[in-house]
Amino acid sequence: MDSNTLYYSLDLVSGSGLVLSVEQKAALQTSLVILKGNYRFERVLFWGKILGIKNDYFIAQGVTQDRMRGKKTLYSLNCMDWHLLPPATDTMITEISVVKGRFMGDPSYEYEHIETKKLGEGDEAVEEEITVKVKEEKRLAATISIIDKEVSVVPRGAFIKTPHGHVTSNRSFEGLSVTEAGKISNYFHFSEPVNLKKKSLLEKADLDPSIDFLDSIEEDIPKGSWSLQFEKVFQYKQMIFASV
Amino acid sequence: LMMETAEEALSHQRELAVRSAKAYLLKSSTETGLNLYDHLARVLSRVLSERPENAADVFQELSGEAKRAALRQRQGSLRDDPPPPAALQLAQEQRALFQRGGGDEPEHEEELVETPLPNVGELAFFLEQAGVGLGREEMQRVFLALKQLVDTQPLQRCRFWGRMLGTEGSYLVAEGEYREGEEEEEEEGVEEGEEEQREGESREEEDDAEGQEEIDPLPKSTYKPPPVVPKEENRTGANKFSYFVCSEPGRPWVRLPPVTPAQITAARRIRKFFTGRLDAPVVSYPPFPGNEANYLRAQIARISAGTQVSPLGFYQFGEEEGEEEEEAARESFEENPDFEGIPVPELASSLSTWVHHTQHILPQGRCVWVNLAQKREEDFEEEGEEEEKEEEPDEPEPEVGPPLLTPLSEDAEISNTPPWSSKVSSSLISQYAIAVLRSNLWPGAYAFATGKKFENIYIGWGLKFVGDGYTPPVPAAPQREYPSGPEVTEATDPSLEEEQALKAALEEQRAAQEETEEMEGEEEEEEDD
Repeated sequence: MDSNTLYYSLDLVSGSGLVLSVEQKAALQTSLVILKGNYRFERVLFWGKILGIKNDYFIAQGVTQDRMRGKKTLYSLNCMDWHLLPPATDTMITEISVVKGRFMGDPSYEYEHIETKKLGEGDEAVEEEITVKVKEEKRLAATISIIDKEVSVVPRGAFIKTPHGHVTSNRSFEGLSVTEAGKISNYFHFSEPVNLKKKSLLEKADLDPSIDFLDSIEEDIPKGSWSLQFEKVFQYKQMIFASV
Repeated sequence: LMMETAEEALSHQRELAVRSAKAYLLKSSTETGLNLYDHLARVLSRVLSERPENAADVFQELSGEAKRAALRQRQGSLRDDPPPPAALQLAQEQRALFQRGGGDEPEHEEELVETPLPNVGELAFFLEQAGVGLGREEMQRVFLALKQLVDTQPLQRCRFWGRMLGTEGSYLVAEGEYREGEEEEEEEGVEEGEEEQREGESREEEDDAEGQEEIDPLPKSTYKPPPVVPKEENRTGANKFSYFVCSEPGRPWVRLPPVTPAQITAARRIRKFFTGRLDAPVVSYPPFPGNEANYLRAQIARISAGTQVSPLGFYQFGEEEGEEEEEAARESFEENPDFEGIPVPELASSLSTWVHHTQHILPQGRCVWVNLAQKREEDFEEEGEEEEKEEEPDEPEPEVGPPLLTPLSEDAEISNTPPWSSKVSSSLISQYAIAVLRSNLWPGAYAFATGKKFENIYIGWGLKFVGDGYTPPVPAAPQREYPSGPEVTEATDPSLEEEQALKAALEEQRAAQEETEEMEGEEEEEEDD
């Protein structure tokens, strides 16, 4: 959620039980403004928090004019001092897939994982145990990028793709009507589309290229991984990550 | 003069050009009937009246909007009235929350002092500092809904337990304790229902038996179901409190049925999201005995037993229980009037300053262990089969759990995750901070304490943390069909010689039989004479 609207948009998602304390909210309203100025971001978005055993991480993202590219992720442990996270690469994502369990809440913490590797071939193969060390900061960066990729969703029409290929927010988007908001097909993954390229021309015929340039969450596998519920204001919930 | 006429002609020509251009712009489209002149006028007048920034950039959007608006108007008369939105329905249901009850309230002012209604406003205030809550307005509605519950049910004590999230809706859960002797009526109703069900089942069995007696009787199953662990009485163990749920504040509260040990043990083995409908079936393996209301009640019992904690010393055991009963687990405690409160930094730094005040649920599914073998023995004695008593297996080891008011520092870890995280709510104003405890085994369970005040709450999906991913249990091995013997094994066909040999043998046999029969006949005849 945008740092400018933080003071009321946090209330809209409080139904899941997580809120920020007044002290944290007040601190964010101060520090995010400074953050925006220091990094020269177009907008700063408050991403959320990741609960750890010792401490919680607060995550913010800075975006430029193009909302999909050039995103920078920062974390803070006290809502005041922000640290830049390295961009997540594919090797990082495979590296952290072995780490299970809770976050510790300490970015310098090292997870140890013992991996058995086979050296040599055939009968001469020797199993060797290698200890892989993964830093929590790395895990944090990779986890955030996975969450962004898989479950960051936007309503249809909120963003448009310009002829130059930039993704910008749609100035004339006025929100979905109540009936439209109740349809799961009106929500899109806000990440590089995967399924869209595989669609046939016939399926693409009805799509508006400037609006329908993202994957709809309706096609997600397994079916029922999204649940749409109305609250005071509507809210969309995600089931897969609920148990993380 | 020539110049003037030339100028006139030029201006005349210009005017003509303008007129023809305007006529062209006014030409309406054959498809939509719009004309560009009116459209431009509409868009430009909007731009001038609204004066948006960077008007050139948004011009096409404004133009598109103007066209769409024209289409919308035309469709309006064809549409049906939309159905009343769900928000309106809910608002009408919640209206009752904001109305004061009958005019006789002022008379009960004395009673108000002893009201079982908890102070949810204060709870919300502390919870917000802990980073948990449902939002301020929602908490106020919960407050009002609890007031409604307390007004309609004869409760002695009431508490906001938390919120269980589900895929289609969620449940608000309230924990209550009836006043002595007030809850019996409902209870009897439930038991009668169960008995009826049982009677129905036995009747069905009888019918089946009658129908099949004459024909070939079916083989009786030798399977004896394991003895059912008896349910704990109300006000004891896992059924100490009654639980009420509703989907939204303002909707009617529904009382959940008491939990049975079988439901608790089954709930431990499955992982399932709630749907938000109490009558939804729980489709799972291993099968769960009951519907979602029972599953919800079982999870509430498990979460309560695992995560309801209080500062050390707030509760103490009653004195009258004495030393004699020390062996048996103590089930009740009372508030300690001398409790002074534990300083917040100490609460936040040491888990041994917190204790569980809800009984641990044993593997059997009860808080107090019951010896099933003993029960079976009694049955046998009634039947007069005393010999079998000696063959009974050894007395089973009684299951023992940690006693009540055990410190949290004794809690077990799950896959290297400490069971609790504790912190102070504010590092800046530590003088007025509160101690916050978060359960890592039941994500969503929180406790806070400051001075003499403490409270527990659960807002989550009702699933326990399992470390690695959940693996459903493998289905049991299929039952063996029957022992394979000669009568069911396929044999090789006999050869011609073998067949003939058999035929000869059979004929010989028959001949011998006939002979003996004849002999017997003769004997009989002799007797008759």
